[in-house]
Amino acid sequence: MHMPEPNGTILAKRDHVLARLQAVLPPEGLITDEAERRAYECDALTAYRCIPMAVALPSCTQEVAQILRICHQEGVPVVPRGSGTSLAGGALPTEDSIILGVARLRDVLEVNTPDRYIRVQTGITNLAVTAEVEGEGFFYAPDPSSQLACAIAGNIAMNSGGAHCLKYGVTTNNLLGVTMVLMDGTIVEIGGPYMDAGGLDLLGVICGSEGQLGVVTEATLRILRQPEGARPVLMGFDSNEVAGECVSDIIKAGILPVAIEFMDRPCIRACEDFAKAGYPDCEALLIVEVEGAAAEIDEQLALIKQIAQRHNPVAWRESASAEESAKIWLGRKSAFGAMGQINDYMCLDGTIPVSSLPFVLRRIGEMSRDYGLDVANVFHAGDGNMHPLILFDANKPGDLERCEAFGADILKLCVEVGGCLTGEHGVGIEKRDLMNVQYTPADLEAQMRIKDVFDPKWLLNPAKVFPLATSAARRAA
Amino acid sequence: MRPESEQDLSEMVRSTDAPLRVLGGGTRDIGKPVTGAALSTAGLSGITLYEPGALTLVAQAGTPLAAVTAALAAEGQRLPFEPMDTRALLGTDGVPSVGGMVAANASGPRRVQAGACRDSLIGVRFVDGTGSVVKNGGRVMKNVTGYDLVKLMAGSWGTLGVLTECSFKLLPVPESEATLRSAPMSAQDAHKVMSAALGTPYEVSGAARALDGHVYLRVEGFARQVAYRCAQLQATLGGAWDMLDASASAAQWQTIGDVREFAAQPGDVWRVSVKPSQAGDLVARAQCPVVMDWGGGLLWMLTPEGTDLRARLGQFAGHATLVRASQATRAALAVFPPESPPVAALSQGVRMTYDPRGVLNPGLMG
Repeated sequence: MHMPEPNGTILAKRDHVLARLQAVLPPEGLITDEAERRAYECDALTAYRCIPMAVALPSCTQEVAQILRICHQEGVPVVPRGSGTSLAGGALPTEDSIILGVARLRDVLEVNTPDRYIRVQTGITNLAVTAEVEGEGFFYAPDPSSQLACAIAGNIAMNSGGAHCLKYGVTTNNLLGVTMVLMDGTIVEIGGPYMDAGGLDLLGVICGSEGQLGVVTEATLRILRQPEGARPVLMGFDSNEVAGECVSDIIKAGILPVAIEFMDRPCIRACEDFAKAGYPDCEALLIVEVEGAAAEIDEQLALIKQIAQRHNPVAWRESASAEESAKIWLGRKSAFGAMGQINDYMCLDGTIPVSSLPFVLRRIGEMSRDYGLDVANVFHAGDGNMHPLILFDANKPGDLERCEAFGADILKLCVEVGGCLTGEHGVGIEKRDLMNVQYTPADLEAQMRIKDVFDPKWLLNPAKVFPLATSAARRAA
Repeated sequence: MRPESEQDLSEMVRSTDAPLRVLGGGTRDIGKPVTGAALSTAGLSGITLYEPGALTLVAQAGTPLAAVTAALAAEGQRLPFEPMDTRALLGTDGVPSVGGMVAANASGPRRVQAGACRDSLIGVRFVDGTGSVVKNGGRVMKNVTGYDLVKLMAGSWGTLGVLTECSFKLLPVPESEATLRSAPMSAQDAHKVMSAALGTPYEVSGAARALDGHVYLRVEGFARQVAYRCAQLQATLGGAWDMLDASASAAQWQTIGDVREFAAQPGDVWRVSVKPSQAGDLVARAQCPVVMDWGGGLLWMLTPEGTDLRARLGQFAGHATLVRASQATRAALAVFPPESPPVAALSQGVRMTYDPRGVLNPGLMG
């Protein structure tokens, strides 16, 4: 993975730039010490690291505007950072960049349950948003697995999803408005506590733009009333194909579960060894969760059972209590931890049409043999978002490179069958150079022209999303 | 002009030196009047892909919406967002098309539960103002690969590009539906009742107040679930409610969604997006007939011809769009809500970069 060479002119005027930033920020708002800067050298894609020139931690929108204005005038690249949980390297600094972290922007500005929204500063964590409203029976729907740590700013930048988005959508479907600072320091308000922002849907393109269009400092988020209850069922099948057909039949029957999770045999085994959740020994496992009042749940689960029985499940375990529900989810939720115990792993995020599931899993199995690397599949089956986990040994020379090549081949396969490179993690640096697989030069040009409008000097998170060669001329201009 | 393929369309846009008036079915005649040669997308028609088991449909932009809804109905599925049919309200004829619906981001009463058109739209292909063919998104419902131009195209009224293909995520049609109807009540009381209903766990999929003051609440799902939820709602909200059965419910929501109550009445029609708790105040300020949808978040207002409703409403959290008016009124008043200078600069920048020669519906959005 390459990053652009740092700009020598910028490095040479580091002291000057820092002095200007120091003049507008309180001492705790700017980190210049090398040891402290090191904490920001990477995000959750830890294979790539680089210490930034400085880290700015503003405490209000006005300070964000001042920082960006100075960096704009000085031509210094800025890498926005939420909580640093990106799996795609979205917050990876360059040596000549300033990290702009939103960690000190954590206020809840307004809670309005009658109008069903909350307005927050974007450094607040995803889970803290729900914590703020759950006492009144509400929740914030997007639920990325990192929700304990990840910031709303990062959720907006990456348009984060989660296990429950089959029913509730992803971040963009739950974002009503933003206060955003452009690279030149201009503060813009888009949308608000009403259901559609007027004019062109700029909110739609800002969400998921990976911090390349502006720094979102405040957000108005839709909140929803919690369901009366929810209960999962676990079922096992003796082939991936059959499990895939069962998913399709459930959806066709008019049931809309909140989550349909899929695990293949390697994943089931690893989770079972790690978490002892009592999973059956089988080829494929589905966890299907439905919501509603107790009687509504019973009715839906009865229907699901009828459908599943047509596919001869080798296991059927319906939760009858909160403890049993937790146990069913336990294995799934510890999948990543389980893999981490076995080995280093790389987590992919391609999405495929649900109908291609059996074919894609078969091909991944073949490639796994060709590359000599094990892979376990865990999968949001309702929406086709795959998470193949490729196991490798970081201490073994060549293994990381082999793993990356394998990962790239899987993502190419996802695109080939009509899917995409990333369903919820974002492009960052990780998938940047594969963008040509999914998009034509004209497709990428159309996206880059949006950045030209918001950030004409290409200073915000510049070396991400687009293949370096494709964005080179713009970054150099 | 009536291109028969995306390639044709690209050539036509590339080679034109005069403005084009982009038309789907021509049923959604709103915006500043556009002069220019008509460019119809009717030749780009047909469902490209439909996978019921994946809840996904892809159709060319000129496909009649009715063809799509018929194909979906055959599999017990539907577009979740209940797009408005504007023909009665606007007095237009023609055949509503997929592309026109997307260009208008047409979203009906179910917006409160299932989101807008843009929320179900998962992929587009379009030809921009230079003739360049662009695709964005795709046919899978979770996709964060690159910038989301899909949503940008929804509601851009053909000013950024001419849509050629649209992909949607779908929902199953529930087994049953029913609607609760209240006694007539004031707008002020209505938004409170509707907010209370939408704040329950009973998944209300429509909350509106018709002209006569009745509040309507819709519930959809399995038959027993609908019965249970209706009973729970009545118990929670109190007051007297009667129940419309499935067919009466469906007819009622068509009336509300298509704003049929204003169809035969003279005057201008405005569409006001607002924070629901401000709806009561705005209705008082407007001093005109109002249909409330989206639990009070969407107000349809009927004003005497030429009225500047925005001046009457003053400051509020939201915005007003002039949906039906004479060409003269549309030329005189801003049709789309005025934007703050920095937002207007961004919107203008986006329009200029996709249509640098100003040939696609120039001036339609102001």
